[in-house]
Amino acid sequence: MAGLAAAFGSGAMTNNIGDLQNAEVILITGSNTTENHPVISTYIKRAVKFRGTKLIVVDPRGIKMTKFATKWLRQNLGTDIAWINGMMHVIIKEGLWDKKFVETRTEGFEELKKIVEKYTPEYVEKITGISRQDLIEAARMYAKAKSAAIVYTMGITQHITGTDNVKSLANLALLCGNLGIEGGGVNPLRGQNNVQGACDMGGLPNVYSGYQVVTNPDIRSKMAKAWGVANLPDKVGLKVTEMIPKALEKSIRALYIIGENPVLSDADIGHVRKAIESLDFLVVQDIFLTETAELADVVLPAAAFAEKEGTFTNTERRVSRVRKAIDPPGEAKADGDIIMELSYRMGYEMKYSSIEELYEEIRQVTPSYKGITYKELEKEGKFWPCPEVGHPGTPILHTEKFPIGKGKFHAIEFLPPAEQVDDQYPMWLTTGRILYQYHTGTMTRKVDGINKLAPECFIEMSPEDAEELGLKDGDLAEVESRRGKVKARVKVSDVARKGTIFMPFHFKEAPANLLTNPVFDPIAGIPEYKVCAVKVAKVA
Amino acid sequence: MQNKCIINNKEYNFNDGETILEVAQRNNIYIPTLCYLKKTGTPTGKCNICMVELRPSGELVHACLTKVEAGMNIITESDKCVAHRREVLEKLLALGYHDCPTCPIPGDCELQDLVWKYGAKGIDLTKKEKDYVVKYITPFIRWDSSKCVRCGRCIQACFDVQVNNAIRVYEVNGEAKKADRDDKVTSLFDSREYVERLKAEFTEPILPAPDENFCVSCGECVQACPVGALSSSYEWLGPKKWQMKKVQTTCSYCGVGCQLDLYVKDNRIFLVTGANEAPNYGSLCVKGRFGFRFISSDERLKKPLIKKNGQFTEASWDDALDFISKKLTEIKDQFGPDSIGVFTSARITNEENYLVQKFARAVIGTNNVDHCARL
Ligand code: SF4
Ligand code: SF4
Ligand code: SF4
Repeated sequence: MAGLAAAFGSGAMTNNIGDLQNAEVILITGSNTTENHPVISTYIKRAVKFRGTKLIVVDPRGIKMTKFATKWLRQNLGTDIAWINGMMHVIIKEGLWDKKFVETRTEGFEELKKIVEKYTPEYVEKITGISRQDLIEAARMYAKAKSAAIVYTMGITQHITGTDNVKSLANLALLCGNLGIEGGGVNPLRGQNNVQGACDMGGLPNVYSGYQVVTNPDIRSKMAKAWGVANLPDKVGLKVTEMIPKALEKSIRALYIIGENPVLSDADIGHVRKAIESLDFLVVQDIFLTETAELADVVLPAAAFAEKEGTFTNTERRVSRVRKAIDPPGEAKADGDIIMELSYRMGYEMKYSSIEELYEEIRQVTPSYKGITYKELEKEGKFWPCPEVGHPGTPILHTEKFPIGKGKFHAIEFLPPAEQVDDQYPMWLTTGRILYQYHTGTMTRKVDGINKLAPECFIEMSPEDAEELGLKDGDLAEVESRRGKVKARVKVSDVARKGTIFMPFHFKEAPANLLTNPVFDPIAGIPEYKVCAVKVAKVA
Repeated sequence: MQNKCIINNKEYNFNDGETILEVAQRNNIYIPTLCYLKKTGTPTGKCNICMVELRPSGELVHACLTKVEAGMNIITESDKCVAHRREVLEKLLALGYHDCPTCPIPGDCELQDLVWKYGAKGIDLTKKEKDYVVKYITPFIRWDSSKCVRCGRCIQACFDVQVNNAIRVYEVNGEAKKADRDDKVTSLFDSREYVERLKAEFTEPILPAPDENFCVSCGECVQACPVGALSSSYEWLGPKKWQMKKVQTTCSYCGVGCQLDLYVKDNRIFLVTGANEAPNYGSLCVKGRFGFRFISSDERLKKPLIKKNGQFTEASWDDALDFISKKLTEIKDQFGPDSIGVFTSARITNEENYLVQKFARAVIGTNNVDHCARL
């Protein structure tokens, strides 16, 4: 997100989901789309099947999308900047870039050109393992298309270089003029249902709703006035990944955690647990007694999505209604109501007679939501930015100009992953989600049929590696990294690349995040879940 | 008479290339369909129920396949049409074993509706051999071959909408036909070949069904099936759709934000289907369609809990909130507001996220507010 914001001035998907059907070429990287965003994958598959869209997939794993691909590039883990720079090298060398777009709508091209100079297909092949011919063909395919869309997710962001990976993809799109047009764009797919909304609403340490920065005194005083307080804190707050270590150092004393389970979801969870245990006070508000809630001093029972009113904002910036279908169980309450009551007890009254009235306040202080009224959402969702009532909303961003004026190229060098394989830990581990389970399994693991379809964790491994390690499908094996050990059954599969294993992180009995590396991208604060070094051995 | 036609003695405009069915649907004129899956826009003309009469020739034509021509005079419910439809329906009834009380979706069946509407007669089921299969393809997808009308909608749903290519053609007794066992179905396989085959073998005992090795339980075929041949395990076990209240909302799993219809009875959700709205237009995945049972799990938290001597004890809201308020105020006074952090959530609504950051900033006085799911 930080990467796209630096390049364009906005971190969200530039084009809407339905627009993927208009692309001549779609490049998917770091997204197991059929499993993580199944319904978006249907748009892409239909585009390939019925509209002649060419699909380029860049992924180390042989995910299902590769079966639909015109071109599949199988890069070494953590070498994304290298292949992207390589594609740009080819595009510039062959004169395939969009000169007019680069000249009129971007800045920083010369620096980019200088950097990518050395990323020849031969050099890139050495780093990434992608053959020079494949790289050249993919570069031509992307650059020659009238419109080409890029789609990515955590496979790109969950690296120490995550922000730079994203900037590199932005470079590629800028270079070929694939922004502000139908069928183009750079499209990060959000993993959880309302990540976009949480960001839009100011659930971030540096901004209020609508990405209005907390360090700007004018905005601060506007918000203070709207909220009826004398002043508001002027210093950028801490990210989740900063609060955890600060808890260990005792400079964070209390945490209030809502609907999250960091004890299972965060990298190097052994460390997270220790940090949380060292707090003076922990409140957890959730629908289940999660692993994190078990450590709390107070646990508050919250309502689930079907038990309340409001809105969610999906990955394409569409604001849609959430409606109450049933009452919450027992004394559970909507998260918002709990916060209001607590706030009242702490001496600040938040009083709204309805969700609509609350939404109205949001609309008034949030420029990008200003033109989206609660009433019109009754019928159908609407895209922000929507600056005034009556505005139709904006499915495609940056058609005329970027919020920061010109699109910025960032000249970026390839950096290898923080952790490297060595004699002791000779294999790569990458983690992710599978179709049937969701996140830490708090919800999906309470659905019977889903547990039948995906009952346990597994270690996905190539047939070659399995043979070398003397492992068969279904064998119990132990995976060890510098941080911990986890046991699971082996699943021998062509999907895995030789030398790289994959594990899902949904299962508390085999928590893959005990193994992952908590070094995080300094800008986005996202840990390197996607690469770490491990060894695998059979459990006798 | 440029681009004008007559339907049931009234004049309507049409666009070049529009079919009779499209013009009729656009103008809310009823023409029955079974095999037509609007979403794909590629009619197969298989079931023959949509035949309408042209005047003055008296010819019966497929409304779904026939393009409207200028001056065309169409009657949608003439005696001839109705007689023809009755015949089609009686054939369909004879093809299967439609003892409606054993169906998972009685009262929500397109065949049943048409049989009533056109007065078709069923066969004597006691005289019919019962060589059908009922089985769960996956824990969520129930297949009852006795109810299948060979319309091919499931094939189009799976091949042309979801592009999961998981349907194969089976003998009535549940054995897959040999050719379909071989995985010759490539990623871009054309569903038309399958649909054509069903048409050619309309009288033969073959029918389509999901293959458990390829099916990903998205349920697109279930939603497309006009009868109870493909249903979900929840439809089989729970109350029927028409006994429930329908509430449209947004899926709470991934960021696609699919629109769901929740079916509710007695404060409980029994069924979820895809709402016909953007961005999903009825499509869902296994999580959105079938992954809702956690809501009514017994393990849901129902009362505030306060930990005393390492043990949770149930507390009243007043006690819990007073305690939190006191502790947070103490910590804030002693160590400053920046010693407190708030993790808001990608799982809660926009309005709630807004309140949480307002709480952190205006009440506690810190910008230490973030959520876990960064991307
Ligand atoms: S549930 Fe989905 S994948 Fe399975 S057969 Fe039906 S449409 Fe195909
Ligand atoms: S299973 Fe349903 S949708 Fe498929 S052919 Fe039979 S009746 Fe039609
Ligand atoms: S139904 Fe599936 S694809 Fe749609 S929002 Fe829910 S989880 Fe995502």
